[in-house]
Amino acid sequence: IDFAKEGELEQKKMVLVLVLALGDLHIPHRVADLPPKFKSMLVPGKIQHIICTGNLCIKEVYDYLKSLCPDMHVTRGEYDEDPRYLETKTLTIDQFKLGVCHGHQVIPWGDLDSLAMLQKQLDVDILVTGHTHQFKAYKHEGGVVINPGSATGAYSSLTYEVNPSFVLMDIDGLRVVVYVYELIDGEVKVDKIDFKKIATTHSTH
Amino acid sequence: MMITDGVEDEEKWLAAGIAGLQQNAFYMHRALDSNNLKDALKYSAQMLSELRTSRLSPHKYYELYMRAFDELRKLEMFFKEETRRGCSIVDLYELVQHAGNILPRLYLLCTVGSVYIKSKEAPAKDVLKDLVEMCRGIQHPVRGLFLRSYLAQVSRDKLPDIGSEYEGDPDIVTDAVEFVLQNFTEMNKLWVRMHHQGPQRDKEKREKERNELRDLVGKNLHVLGQIEGIDLDMYKDTVLPRVLEQVVNCKDELAQYYLMDCIIQVFPDEYHLQTLETLLGACPQLQPSVDMKTVLSRLMERLSNYAASSTEVLPEFLQVEAFAKFNNAIGKVIEAQVDMPIFGAVMLYSSLLTFTLHVHPDRLDYVDQVLGACVKKLSENGKLEDSKATKQIVSLLSAPLDKYNDVVTALKLSNYPRVMDYLNDKTNKVMATIIIQSIMKNETRISTADKVEALFELIKGLIKDLDVTPDEIDEEDFKEEQNSVARLIQMLYNDEPEEMLKIICTVRKHILTGGPKRLPFTVPPLVFASLKNDDLVEEEASTTPNKIFQILNQTIEALSDVPVPELALWLYLECAEAANDCDLEPVAYEFFTQAYILYEEEIADSKAQITALHLIIGTLQRMHVFGVENRDTLTHKATGYSAKLLKKPDQCRAVYSCSHLFWNDERDSMKDGERVMLCLKRALRIANAAQQMSNATRGSSGSVVLFIEILNKYLYFFEKGNPQVNVAAVQSLIELITTEMQSESSATDPVANAFFASTLRYIQFQKQKGGTLGEKYEAIKV
Repeated sequence: IDFAKEGELEQKKMVLVLVLALGDLHIPHRVADLPPKFKSMLVPGKIQHIICTGNLCIKEVYDYLKSLCPDMHVTRGEYDEDPRYLETKTLTIDQFKLGVCHGHQVIPWGDLDSLAMLQKQLDVDILVTGHTHQFKAYKHEGGVVINPGSATGAYSSLTYEVNPSFVLMDIDGLRVVVYVYELIDGEVKVDKIDFKKIATTHSTH
Repeated sequence: MMITDGVEDEEKWLAAGIAGLQQNAFYMHRALDSNNLKDALKYSAQMLSELRTSRLSPHKYYELYMRAFDELRKLEMFFKEETRRGCSIVDLYELVQHAGNILPRLYLLCTVGSVYIKSKEAPAKDVLKDLVEMCRGIQHPVRGLFLRSYLAQVSRDKLPDIGSEYEGDPDIVTDAVEFVLQNFTEMNKLWVRMHHQGPQRDKEKREKERNELRDLVGKNLHVLGQIEGIDLDMYKDTVLPRVLEQVVNCKDELAQYYLMDCIIQVFPDEYHLQTLETLLGACPQLQPSVDMKTVLSRLMERLSNYAASSTEVLPEFLQVEAFAKFNNAIGKVIEAQVDMPIFGAVMLYSSLLTFTLHVHPDRLDYVDQVLGACVKKLSENGKLEDSKATKQIVSLLSAPLDKYNDVVTALKLSNYPRVMDYLNDKTNKVMATIIIQSIMKNETRISTADKVEALFELIKGLIKDLDVTPDEIDEEDFKEEQNSVARLIQMLYNDEPEEMLKIICTVRKHILTGGPKRLPFTVPPLVFASLKNDDLVEEEASTTPNKIFQILNQTIEALSDVPVPELALWLYLECAEAANDCDLEPVAYEFFTQAYILYEEEIADSKAQITALHLIIGTLQRMHVFGVENRDTLTHKATGYSAKLLKKPDQCRAVYSCSHLFWNDERDSMKDGERVMLCLKRALRIANAAQQMSNATRGSSGSVVLFIEILNKYLYFFEKGNPQVNVAAVQSLIELITTEMQSESSATDPVANAFFASTLRYIQFQKQKGGTLGEKYEAIKV
């Protein structure tokens, strides 16, 4: 037995899979930049995947996010400068299937039942959408719906007081821990929610 | 050819000189070892004769000199030993004067003189005076300079100074000063004389050689700088006037530049402040070709640093009226030196500005004065094209921004925009970008319309085309510029609605001059800046909300010039939603009308139509302000558009989305179950038609996904309690789908399968929930 190799295997299992989910930055239409406290937290090399719900809106923001992590998945928001982003996207990370969509396509906006329908249609465990600028993490029979809110706290006609927020998902086997970071009154507050998936069926509980 | 010959020859002569020197040194050492004074003097004199050469350039002469210098140290030690052995120093002093040639004689005399002073048998001042005058015997520039340099070196530590062992009578410092000043004056004269020696054609070479010797002359000033006994009064009354006299009178460009700089570097800043008038007074008297701007800039820089070093010195600056004096002096220099290039003048003002910002940061009037003087000078030349000058101006204008970290302060300087008028378009933009960067970096808020107006004047290079025919610009650069303007707009706000309205009007006025290229970048930020200000749009009993919406309407209209109908449509809908929140029905209706007109007339692309409809339906669904009639009109139109989309699946989806227009979960008055069902049935018909088309064109029925989507919508309304969506309806749709999926003509669609499966799972799940929900679902068979 090659002990060195065994050790390597063990180490590989310990590798973090961090997925950053954010969106609705609306730079520069509604906001000049990300909050400095968020910027100092988002450092390249720490995140394995980025999911962006859309409305960046300019290439500069895309490039900045890409510099944090090259594996970036973006869907199209109505104000995005680049017309090539897709309406919806699905990807698999570890044991989880994720779906991304900006959310203005799902009517009524922010309605969880309607979002759940999209989730079923895309056949994903976790659906990430935006548009409302309000953080939500909702578990239902068919899976989890996450809205990372607006990373810049941009104005929205849909939500009264928008606090800047983004989500970090720690995917580990059949378990995902969702960390939500919110900037409230100048302080970064973190909350976390655990979700587990049952391997044999599609549903996530 | 000639030059290399010359260099080769010089090498030869130097080698010969060194050889001769070393040979005599050898014999001198022998004489020293055997205490043979007579021989020592003989050979040392012979050795020193090598320094009588005229053939060497200063650089090479220096090499020879250094060797002689080293040997003379040994001789000096010998002389000291001799006096201890009983030889009289006075006799020795006399003895060396018998040397045949004057140059060796004087070197020996200085060497003995050093020992003489140390012996204290005569006052230091007497010996020094004697030596400095005897050196007059050598009038050859290079030889004289090195001889006097030798004198300075050996006397260095023997100057009668306060606390030195050579203190004599009360006026001791005066004597030391007098000695050094005299040596300095004579050395400068010799140095300047070099300029006039020799043929015209070698002038450049000579000046280069002269430059190599400058530190010999400057050393004297360093020595003066270190004499402890020189206090401010002595500096003011004796030292500075004498030095300046020599500097001015020598009328030599190289000497004047170097020595002025020396004075500034060597003497303390405190002294400069107190003698500012005298020092600056000398400037116009110097040769016109002297680079005064560098000299003055350096002086101002030193004094700026001095001011920055401690707040205690600041009152001194005020007391001596430093600013006024500099301002005057600069004016005079610029006037006197007519050939000074424009960047030189700007550099001077830039230095003065930095000085002012350090010393009198609170005196904006001074800062403005400097800018004003600069404007006056610039007005003689028109717009600047010289790149050195434009760089200096950018530096000049950036200084107040960096110092105050607050653009608002810079906006108070009336001459600031006037300076910018003289920049060419490219530099104007550069400066505008710097200003915006300063605002963004410091998160400066611009909170009144006046300041906004002033700011936009400054950055007009980015806001509009200044030239009738603008230069070609890189698209990426242009985008970056305009995005930075967009960001800037976020920083312009005031919590007071009245003032905010004025700000919006001011910004709008300016961005409308930008033309179609710029509007797509600048209009959205302005719209959102207005909308996000809650107070602005929700002010009760005030006309401001209406006014704002009017302005926004007109502003968005301007986008039709570009044209960007999609962007305009999105913005109209945002405004409609805001009007909804303010309960302004007519305003909201007007915005919807505008949006619909754009949809009908300008949005032809299918993909764009779909997005537009999503936004229209989504927004309309949330409107609560509309009365029945208005609501009906808008809803009817929306469903009409939905049914007319190009592709059947898109039609289907848009139509079933419209079902939500007839059902607002929060208001019972807005729950029209029948019309919801009508929508859903219509969607079903379209889905059917899509199936048939698929059959006809491809031979197999298309995907049943649409039916599953509609089923999900059935379930949605079923749960919400729409009586029209009953169990029978749900059941029959489930059966329809099941049949379709099992039929032979349908292709297996894993997506549809999974979708249907999870929908059925959902129904099971709801059944298991129990309670009223469970009961409802109980009836559905899957």
